[in-house]
Amino acid sequence: MQALGIDVLFKGTNGQRLLEGLWVSLRISLISVAISLTLGVLVGILMTKKHPVIRILTRGYLEIVRFMPQMVLLFIVFFGSTRVFGWDVDAELSAVIVFSFWGVAEMADLTRGALISIPKHQYESAAALGLNGRQTYLLIIIPQTLRRLIPLSINLITRMIKTTSLVMMIGVVEVLKVGQQIIEANRNSSPNAAFGVYAVVFLLYFLACWPISLVAKHLEKRWAVA
Amino acid sequence: MNLEVMGSYLPLFGKALWLTFRIGWLGILLSFVIGLVTAVVRHYRVPVLRQLAGIYIELFRNTPLLVQLFFLYFGLPKLGIRIGAEFCGILGLGLLGGAYMAETFRSGLETVEKTQVESALSLGMTRGQVLRLVVLPEAVSVSIPGFTANVIFLLKETSVFSAISLMDLMFTAKDLIGLYYKTTECLVLLVIFYLIMLLPVSFLGSWLERRVRRAGFGY
Repeated sequence: MQALGIDVLFKGTNGQRLLEGLWVSLRISLISVAISLTLGVLVGILMTKKHPVIRILTRGYLEIVRFMPQMVLLFIVFFGSTRVFGWDVDAELSAVIVFSFWGVAEMADLTRGALISIPKHQYESAAALGLNGRQTYLLIIIPQTLRRLIPLSINLITRMIKTTSLVMMIGVVEVLKVGQQIIEANRNSSPNAAFGVYAVVFLLYFLACWPISLVAKHLEKRWAVA
Repeated sequence: MNLEVMGSYLPLFGKALWLTFRIGWLGILLSFVIGLVTAVVRHYRVPVLRQLAGIYIELFRNTPLLVQLFFLYFGLPKLGIRIGAEFCGILGLGLLGGAYMAETFRSGLETVEKTQVESALSLGMTRGQVLRLVVLPEAVSVSIPGFTANVIFLLKETSVFSAISLMDLMFTAKDLIGLYYKTTECLVLLVIFYLIMLLPVSFLGSWLERRVRRAGFGY
């Protein structure tokens, strides 16, 4: 244990601090996920509308998110907003803004994909059975859309958690940064800490994301459209 | 915004673009190779290797590149494995991308009809020939849209390389902001240079997708 540098985490409150760092990452991603899921579905429904202005706006929004690395967006919001507007946006808030901006686009695209994947005959059959508009959506369209959408949106959660590791680059003290601090503080007493601590951080991220991806995979298989 | 300042930064950004470009594409090439090998191993159910490939894919798909890079660059030297920053970037990107490419390949392999393999075998091809001449070309052509998405994703992921002191676009921008406080100019250049890198890939991807689909098999 000494040689691998894992022992550092059992000294004092180091282990607890690392977990608190993990919680900071998870908190940012959970808030962003909540915003992305709700707003994303609304924007996604908007995207299926054929209005030309809406089309151009949503298309442009999607392309921006598709081409800009999240890190660049983080820099723009964190450094740019101060420069251009004189706002002092703190790092954690910038992170939530950026990840929500990104997540809403992703979620909207997924929602749009799920909605347009419902074949037209489903609407027509519903009408032929005498269901009215509200019943058609509640009983036929929404259940089918959800089946396609839920596994994909669960995947979005793991991607969100992974992406939060970027926030250390704008100065949020999250799990990776705490790891770095622990390594630096114990440079003399355990020189190999870099291996152990980063291995543990790696595993922590894995443990946070893996169960979620398993659930997504399971649901995808179970709800696969024949 | 000061255009003169932006002009004077161009050479620095150009250099950073070249570095990002080089590491990005070498990493993507590596990820392609890793992905192909892991997908084939999993598809043909090679014992032991199959399980290892499964563990590898789960590990690297469920952790962020930044953490992987920190482990490779700062962690491994403690075990006596010292690798340079550039190679580390290529390796990290290759390992991360390999896990994604493997999944894309695998779904491509699964779409290849059994009759294709059986027909090829009955024509007298060896198993190796069937894989090389029939299964892989079909699987790859089906996977093209997935590959394009992965390539764009991986090129965007290169933005974390600055964390292991590679002087990429992000690093240059952050450095210049810190030195001269020309925040707006640097951020605009940053956006422009990422677009220069990513837009051609997107066009190339949709062009390739059209071409390969026209040369489709059995449709």
